[in-house]
Order: sequence, then C-alpha cells, then structure tokens
Amino acid sequence: MANQSLNLQRRSASTDTPAQAGGAAIEVAKLIDVSKCIGCKACQSACLEWNNLREEVGVNTGVYDNPHDLTPNSWTLMRFAEWDNPDNGNLEWLIRKDGCMHCADPGCLKACPAPGAIVQYTNGIVDFIHENCIGCGYCIKGCPFNIPRVSKVDHKAYKCSLCSDRVAVGQGPACAKACPTTAIMFGTKEAMKTQAEKRIADLKSRGFSNAGLYDPEGVGGTHVMYVLHHNDKPHIYAGLPDKPKISALVSAWKGTGKVFALGALALAAVGAFVHHTIVGPNKVSEHDEENAAELIEEGKRGPSAHETRPV
Amino acid sequence: MTIDIEHRPPRLRVRTSIDRYSAIARVNHWITAITFVLLALSGLALFHPSLYFLTGLFGGGATTRILHPWLGVILLISFAGMFLQFWRLNLWNRDDTQWISQIGDVVKGDEEKLPELDKYNAGQKGVFWGQALMILVLFCTGLVIWDQYFGGYVSIETNRLAALIHAAMAFFAIMLIIVHIYAGIWVRGTVASMTRGKVTGGWAWRHHRKWLRREAGTKHTHVD
Repeated sequence: MANQSLNLQRRSASTDTPAQAGGAAIEVAKLIDVSKCIGCKACQSACLEWNNLREEVGVNTGVYDNPHDLTPNSWTLMRFAEWDNPDNGNLEWLIRKDGCMHCADPGCLKACPAPGAIVQYTNGIVDFIHENCIGCGYCIKGCPFNIPRVSKVDHKAYKCSLCSDRVAVGQGPACAKACPTTAIMFGTKEAMKTQAEKRIADLKSRGFSNAGLYDPEGVGGTHVMYVLHHNDKPHIYAGLPDKPKISALVSAWKGTGKVFALGALALAAVGAFVHHTIVGPNKVSEHDEENAAELIEEGKRGPSAHETRPV
Repeated sequence: MTIDIEHRPPRLRVRTSIDRYSAIARVNHWITAITFVLLALSGLALFHPSLYFLTGLFGGGATTRILHPWLGVILLISFAGMFLQFWRLNLWNRDDTQWISQIGDVVKGDEEKLPELDKYNAGQKGVFWGQALMILVLFCTGLVIWDQYFGGYVSIETNRLAALIHAAMAFFAIMLIIVHIYAGIWVRGTVASMTRGKVTGGWAWRHHRKWLRREAGTKHTHVD
C-alpha cells in the first residue's frame, strides 16, 4: 500500500508477514478525558455523519443513553452512570464515550476465521475490512470490551474504525474534531500519554487522588485511552473492565490447540493406513462361508435338524 | 489328455447372505454420512485458517457460515432417525466388556479369540453412542453460536465456552468417524451392508456369529 499509515501489522486468519514498506510507523492514539466530557453527544453525531450512518429513532427508557447500546450504525456511544462517592457523599455523573479501544493485542482479530477481515495497521488502528467479513460473529466472542456488532441487514460486523480513512490523510477522527471541550484528543500515542500526565496532575491537585490513565496492560495497551478521575475502579464508568484481557476460553479455542487437533486428525488417517499395511485386510475365509452355509441351511431345514457339532 | 482322478472334485460352494440393513436404514445412513462430511469440511474451513480455502466448496466464506448450521439441523434430524432404529441393539452387555478387554486381538484381526457377538461389537457401539452424544452437544453449542438467529440470547462468556466445546466435540466426532470409515474398509465385506443391505453368511459368521445363529433359517437369511 502506498499510504504509510495504512501499512498492515497484522491480518486475521493469516500467517504471512505483511509488507512493511515505508519504515517504522508512528503509533497513534485517541485520548478521551472523561473529566472534561459534558455528555453533549456531538461525537456520536459526528461519527454518524462522517461514516454516513443513520440510526433508527428509538424510545426513551428514562436514561440519557441514546441509543441504548452500540449498534452496527452507532460505533460510539455516550454511556451515563451515576455514582455515589462514599468518600465525600457526592453524586457523580460519570459520562464515558464507549467504542472500540483499538487494542495492541486485539481479541477480535485473534478470533476471526476469515483471512483479512480484521487488520491492524502499523499505526495501531484495528479495522474491519467488510468485503472479507463472513458475518460469523467470532469477533464479538473475542472482544474483551463487547464492542463489535453484526448487522442484521448485510450480516457484516461493524465498529469504530478510528476514522482510519481520515487518519490516512493526516486528519484526526471525526469525533475528536467535533468535541466542543476537547475531551477527545488525537495524536501520537506518546503525545497523548504526555497530555494525559498533565491532566492527571491537575485532577490530583483538585482532590481526585486516584486519577489516572486507562491504557490496560492485559491487552497490550490500547490506542484509545481514557483519563479517569477514579482509575482505581474503572467499572464504575458504566462497566469499563477493570483488567481487560482476551478470555482464556478464546485463547484455548483459538490457540495452538488447533494445530495439534489438525495434526491428530492427520495422524489418525495415517495410522489407519499404517495399520492396514501391517495387519492387512480382515478378510472372510472360505471356511467362514462354509460354516455359515451349514448353519443357514440347517436353519432352513427346520428345528428338527438341530444338533451340536464342533465349530 | 488325462483326467485327474487323484483329487476329489471341489465341493459345490454354497453362497449365503443375510439381510443387515433395510432400504430405509441405508438411505438414512447415507444422508447422515453425506451431511457429516459436508459439516466437517465447512466446519474445518472456519476452524483453522490453513483450511479456509475449503469455503470455496460452499461458495465462499459467508455462504459457508450460512450453510453450516442448517446442515447441522439436517444431521440432527437424520441421526435421530438412525438412533431410533438402532439404539436397542447398541445396549452394552458382558460380551462387549470382554471384547474391549481383548482390544489387542481385535486390532490384530484375531477374531477367533473373541467372544461370539450379536449384531454390533463394542467398537460399533462406541461409535454409535459417541456420535449420539457428540451430535447432541454439537447441536446445542451450535445453536448458542448461531449468531444470525440466536445472537444475544446468552452472555458472551457462555458464547465463548460454547465455541470452545463445539470445536473440541467436532474434533472428537471427526476422530471417531475416521475410525468408523477405516473399520468399514479394513473389515472386508462390510460396505455391502450399507450399499446392498446384505452381507455374506461368512462375514456374519466371522464377525457377528451370535447374530447369525439368531437369524439363521429366518427369512433374513438367503441361500443363493
């Protein structure tokens, strides 16, 4: 590929190493500063607009979340949580922009059976290539964050692309562009970490002693990071996993066990061939046929003819 | 020109046969067999990337994904038909335990040392019950991961477990089928039972003598 930011690092269900023309890539990251978010949903609107998606008009169930969950059309979603802070009695309104975290070790890519349906670019973005997607939903099982959604219309899986098309031409993601408080920032991963440090120092000076950066180790770090005022308990932010990692069940299902399974099947077939070569066919002898004939003929003559005789 | 009067003329050979499978049982078996093979091919295509090319047999990845579970439904129904016909004759008995304890003689083909057997030996019974159990588990776990119709009914963690069990069970089922097919090839004269429905009397005498004794003289045995 001519565009350096779209060089592949990894490709689902493929063992070959993708071409690395263009030299080392710079990892990018989106930084979502939850403490600066006002819940306006401009990011959701911008996402729909840039990606030319339409969400159905839903119903209000008494919460601010709209739609109620991520969908094949809504790749990002503001999740609203109310948290009673036991330390100071404050009722805190925690608003988290949910969406793909672009893991360095993506569970979706690990689980995907279709070659090239999920790719990871050298800049860290994990992208779904829809013409290769077969709609099996394995990516949903692989994801530690419950992000991908399979469309009931075209049976392809969808999620945030981190606006890989915009990033490829030097733009930031649409959501970051639309955010009125710059709670969503975009840049190199290093720059975003530096930015986060400043924000965390500020939050700590204002009493949020557990403020920190959410860049979970369990999935090798992510290319979407959060600044959380309560980084000691991510789960209070509408169920953000405390220690996300690819499920052991997925690792067992998609791990090296498969190679052994295929090897064992091949070995069984070879074993059968070897057995036949050594033992030879198990053939019925003429003697067997004679004995059977005697038995059957005797049976046909009737029970009176019964007698015991050596076999 | 001389006539050899030193040797006795060969005894007139009597050919016998015995009915083993009805036409319904045979059709049922082959529907099950073909469905199983198609399931194995489409399943293996999605099991390991190196076998993804097998999706080409089914018209691509997406159609493989669509067809595989429906084939599973056919297999369940078809196997259920076989189960109802054969389960009674596959109940375990003392001869089977004896047969298993002499598995070495079985593998060597020394059948004279083995107990006389009814219609099925312990190996055949193992295939029968093994497939019955595995097809049931494969069907249940398959429903869980049939995302198009049953996605979202259970938790993602349950989905992951179902996918793992489904893959493991499929592995054992294919293993068992390899044994089943090889046994049919190795023991000559067996395939006829599923193609023409009959085996020779000698085959029955050698492998299932108790069954032959039970059937000898009935309308299921024929002197040709």
